[in-house]
Amino acid sequence: MTVYIAAIPARRRERCLLRASGEGIARRFRSAALSGLPTMPYQNVLLANVGKPNSHTLAAYLASGGYSTLRKVLKEKSPQEVVEIVRASNLRGRGGAGFPTGLKWSFLPDKHPGPIYFCVNADESEPGTFVNRVQMEHDPHQVLEGTIISCYATGASRAYIYIRYEYPLCWKRMQAAIDEARAAGYLGRNILGSGFSLEVYLHRGAGAYICGEETGLIESIEGRRAWPRIKPPFPAVEGLFRKPTVVNNVETVACVKHILERGVAWFKSIGTPADPNDPRDPGSYGPKLFGISGHVNRPGCYEAPLGISCRELIERFAGGVWKGRKLKAVVPGGLSTGVITAEEIDTPMDFSGPLRVGCLGLGTGCLIVLDETYSMVDFLYNSCRFFAHESCGQCTPCREGTHWALQMLRRIKAGRGRIKDLDLLLEIGDTIGILPGTTICGLADGAAWPIKTAIRKFRQEFEDYIKHTNVAGWMETQPVPALEQSAVAH
Amino acid sequence: MADLRLTIDGRQVVVAQGATILEAALDAGIYIPHLCHHPDLKPVGICRLCMVEVAGRGMTLACLAPAEDGMVVKTESQQIDKVRRVALELLLVNHPGDCLTCAKNNRCQLQRIAAYVGVSPQRFARLRRTEKTLPPDDSNPFFLFDPNQCVLCGICIRTCDEIVGANAIDFAFRGFQTMVSTLSGRWVESSCVSCGECVVRCPVAALVPKRYQQPQHEVQTVCPYCGVGCTIYVGIRGGRIVAVGGDRQSPVNQGRLCVKGRFGHDFVHHPDRLTTPLVRRDGQLVPVAWDEALELVARQFDQYRGDAFAAMSSARCTNEENYLMQKLVRAVLGTNNIDHCARLCHSPSVAGLARTLGSGAMTNTIQDIAQSRCIFAIGTNTTAAHPVLALKVVEAVRRGAKLIVANPKHIDLDRHATLRLQHQPGSDVALLMGMARVIAEERLYDAEFIARRTVDFDAFRASLERFPLEFVEQATGVPRQHIVEAARMFANHKPASILYAMGITQHTHGTDNVLAISNLALLTGNLGIPGGGINPLRGQGNVQGACDMGALPNVLPGYQRVDDPQIRSKFEAVWGCTLPPGPGLALTEMFDAMLRGQIKAVYLMGENPLLSEADAQHAERALRQLDFLVVQDIFLTETARLAHVVLPAASSAEKDGTFTNTERRVQRVRKAVDPPGEAKPDWWIICQIAQRLGASGFSFSHPQEIMSEIASLTPIYGGMAYQRLEPQGLQWPCPSMDHPGTPILHTQRFATPDGKARFVPLDYKPPAELPDDEYPLLLTTDRSLYQYHTGTMTRRVEGLEVLDGQERLCINPHDAAAMQLADGQQVIVRSRRGRVMVRVKVTSSCQPGVVSLTFHFAETPTNVLTHAALDPVAKIPETKVCAVRIEPLDGPPQPGLHQQITDTTSCAGR
Repeated sequence: MTVYIAAIPARRRERCLLRASGEGIARRFRSAALSGLPTMPYQNVLLANVGKPNSHTLAAYLASGGYSTLRKVLKEKSPQEVVEIVRASNLRGRGGAGFPTGLKWSFLPDKHPGPIYFCVNADESEPGTFVNRVQMEHDPHQVLEGTIISCYATGASRAYIYIRYEYPLCWKRMQAAIDEARAAGYLGRNILGSGFSLEVYLHRGAGAYICGEETGLIESIEGRRAWPRIKPPFPAVEGLFRKPTVVNNVETVACVKHILERGVAWFKSIGTPADPNDPRDPGSYGPKLFGISGHVNRPGCYEAPLGISCRELIERFAGGVWKGRKLKAVVPGGLSTGVITAEEIDTPMDFSGPLRVGCLGLGTGCLIVLDETYSMVDFLYNSCRFFAHESCGQCTPCREGTHWALQMLRRIKAGRGRIKDLDLLLEIGDTIGILPGTTICGLADGAAWPIKTAIRKFRQEFEDYIKHTNVAGWMETQPVPALEQSAVAH
Repeated sequence: MADLRLTIDGRQVVVAQGATILEAALDAGIYIPHLCHHPDLKPVGICRLCMVEVAGRGMTLACLAPAEDGMVVKTESQQIDKVRRVALELLLVNHPGDCLTCAKNNRCQLQRIAAYVGVSPQRFARLRRTEKTLPPDDSNPFFLFDPNQCVLCGICIRTCDEIVGANAIDFAFRGFQTMVSTLSGRWVESSCVSCGECVVRCPVAALVPKRYQQPQHEVQTVCPYCGVGCTIYVGIRGGRIVAVGGDRQSPVNQGRLCVKGRFGHDFVHHPDRLTTPLVRRDGQLVPVAWDEALELVARQFDQYRGDAFAAMSSARCTNEENYLMQKLVRAVLGTNNIDHCARLCHSPSVAGLARTLGSGAMTNTIQDIAQSRCIFAIGTNTTAAHPVLALKVVEAVRRGAKLIVANPKHIDLDRHATLRLQHQPGSDVALLMGMARVIAEERLYDAEFIARRTVDFDAFRASLERFPLEFVEQATGVPRQHIVEAARMFANHKPASILYAMGITQHTHGTDNVLAISNLALLTGNLGIPGGGINPLRGQGNVQGACDMGALPNVLPGYQRVDDPQIRSKFEAVWGCTLPPGPGLALTEMFDAMLRGQIKAVYLMGENPLLSEADAQHAERALRQLDFLVVQDIFLTETARLAHVVLPAASSAEKDGTFTNTERRVQRVRKAVDPPGEAKPDWWIICQIAQRLGASGFSFSHPQEIMSEIASLTPIYGGMAYQRLEPQGLQWPCPSMDHPGTPILHTQRFATPDGKARFVPLDYKPPAELPDDEYPLLLTTDRSLYQYHTGTMTRRVEGLEVLDGQERLCINPHDAAAMQLADGQQVIVRSRRGRVMVRVKVTSSCQPGVVSLTFHFAETPTNVLTHAALDPVAKIPETKVCAVRIEPLDGPPQPGLHQQITDTTSCAGR
């Protein structure tokens, strides 16, 4: 399945269809990462092996010191110590929500008779996101080592790596890596003589975005419709096969490996420290992979410290907006985070930066850059199309709302829009989603955020479009009766 | 646990622990809009309409959030209204707005919510789209599915999964395309059992019964079909039954019904109903007036007093009618030749359990089954023959109970089974004794129970030596490890309940089978406890009651023996007569007596032996030889066509009375509609005949008076009176007017003289007729969910005929291949006694070497094939096992092939 996230700029020959999976872009990372960029003070960690010949094989991985961390951890550290180290590092989940990983692990019940399951979320389906793909295709053993260490820490005896269907090479290379690791004794019974046993299974999705939601992923592994579960109970209490389960992102488990290898101090030396005024902010530490796609000169996957500014990512890493054009908008972290305007691009890319400019959050840290020729109506139409297609159909507001928003955008694009439709769209955007409490999972929020941010930040463009295309429609400017007026009669 | 107190909208509300906020509010009469909530189902929280605000916690879903002590809940606020309104408007955007012409108008939950929330027309008009133009599915004969009306609340899907266990439907596709669908897309091609449970729960018009009319009023009565005895509400409009629903308060069915109980009542108004008495003149049945017919009957009966007379009573008639029938036969006509179809179903249970426990009925209640930790279902196709009781089995399995299914055929219940034993037909004693042996050898039995409450354990234990597992394995065809596993599972999960039906009883060693079951339950101490017990599932609606009422040759009402002079004198004093001292002939013996010329006149009420009797041609010959045959029925059955006088009776919907269901619960049957034409209740007819024979004690004006007489003479019914049967009935034994009834038998002592139960040593006996070179296949008989007994009622319900209107010979694919038979091909099935023509159904539900037929279809009278070899104790014929061979038939079906069996006597009365 291919999803077009941004289409049809003003001039036809410049039509640029970007695929959600970042196909074509991922292949470019090498030239970007290795060719002639100005020297950076930052040394790649997560992408250190990427670009080396045969980096996906066990031999290459061992040559660069692979699995030594695992050996060390199994020998020297107890599972509790590993959990403590990860907790002390303030590592936050890289999948989008940024939940502290150590805290998530600590929710597992004490002294559970087992089994405990560990799921690696490699269902990287967020539009514009492709960093896990780079990791799994080019450094699968790094992911695997992180997984094994994480399982050791959480006491899991089985791990499932849930790979989206559209990543055949990841599937192939991860499977090959598992087979190699198993043959070499890094997996299976009694790993490296430590007494710890683990089996890792690959589970291949069938093309549904919702499978990336952690309970949807669990349902999918169980062989059912990936309908997200109601929480509580959270997976740590009752997850896969009704047993305690941890679901972590690919990049998160890779970070776990590096924290154990280099220590907490190293990890905390990178990124944005916690806000002393906000006791609930655990800070944004560590390296992060940023995928940059869209209208830039060098789209690709880059590694940088958390907190790097959006502008630096676009201008220094991705070589600036293409064709000498100006920047119009950036999707900061996957489509569901919303958009930021050209004025806001000094926003630091850490877990709280995009929040301050009205977006959902850092998300996956994958930027989609839109140049000045781009129509925001088209952007929003494509966004709505994606979410309407991917809504699982469980909760009424999401099932009906995403579809309705798409219909509305279709009308606007077809020249039958009205100004007050924008208000209706905003109202839908404000009322569907987990944040107002009207859905079970966050998919509807993801759908709502682009609607809310695009219309609020680019309202003039939308209005101009409607005026331009529907002369009769734009006259109907009288706002929709406010809810306060049609107040509750009961 | 203490109740919870919370405040909802400023009102103090008290609910039990474990309730959700929504349940608390609805209990207190506070309405919170909701679509996907149903009290019978687990909450899922997908419609997102039941938003409430909890102080200190913000918005939450009322259907998911548990109520807590001291909670302060608001059901209305601007924020709630906003999100609810948007969700509702989005639903309405794609919902057809044709409310006035909608089948659910005024009863629609969506309509109610829309009215409550109040949708602004201006906004609504802008949002409105009616894009869904999906084709409705009308393939099911009883209900219509319109996906355009569906709000995707999932109640139907959860009902089918959680309650029915049929799993016929699920969500298909995703997002806006999501819809409820069966696997194939057409309901009739799915595993749907057409019970309509989803239809009654659908909050909108997505699932609606076809031909629905709102009733003018409803009458509570009992379903006329199987022995489960579900309480139903019959909706009446213009003197006709227009709707039937379950009674949610009933302890029997909690509102649940099966396809027959919910949709199978059309027969009541069928044009074939007998409306006037018919008398045979010049070989023709011609309509006559009641007086003339009754005079003729009385005159004729008068000539055949004594043992030349026999009566067949009916398990479809009320207790009162069965009581009167046996009273007429014994007190007026002076013979004990009375029996009814229990002879063909559970006579071994009555005989066997009376011997070991002292009482031959289900020891526990239907509700109890859900409490069992292990259920052993042997010889019962529960989902087909007792569908509503099967729901309890599914419920128990859902709660974690083990289910062992032993059946020669692969049945639907297997889907829920923990362990499945497919044993050879007729090898039940070997299987059960094999399990007992494992339990005895591994010392898994309940020694304390055995010592305290049973006798003869040692003799029984010694008899187990005759059942080494090698022998059991070979006799039953069940692998040894499965037998061991079943025995351990049964013994280690207490309470364990045994369910059985015709698969156990309809054998020449049916009584032995029952004794073996009794042994197994005694061995593990599973009697007299909730969730345990021996539970024979009675077949017809009032077969338990007909037995209780003494429509049996050897006992008076309440199983009081006719050969006991003390008992006799008690009855003689009240009835004012002299009773014959010796037991009469059993139903199966009567036909031989007729052929011998010993019985010359028969009074037959609500039975159809021409189709139900084993070796039916033999029965037919016997009936044809009678001097005088009176058949009293609601239709001109195959048997009625042979009668000299046919009397039109009222169906159970047309009269008052009581039925006793399989769990011994005496329930009220109420008159809902008038009988057609001149048809009369059976009790009235019997009274008229008796009075014309000059008898006293038959001047009743209402069945209530008959029940008083029953109560005065029958200790187990001593406390039964109509006012006490409201609203839920009473379970016998109920000896006095202040007795609350007895849900579980044998809790303190058994009903035997010394209060102890008996173990019985057993031997293995093979079935009377096994396949040989000439007749190489074993024919067993079973039941269809969609038909009932000989089909006199169900075959007159159009929809049931659509779902299953034709006999099929089930045959294993291997056998079919060996005989080169294709699915749907016509064949002749021939046994030593007769032959029938039938279409083949190739299915792996039969094991190789075994074929099966039902007996519902007059065109394919299976019982001309079956073997009338009798159980020596219970006199039940072995309808479950006989040898047959199959002859392929080429060319079109040949009329008249079934010999005389379907020969119709022309009838002017129709």
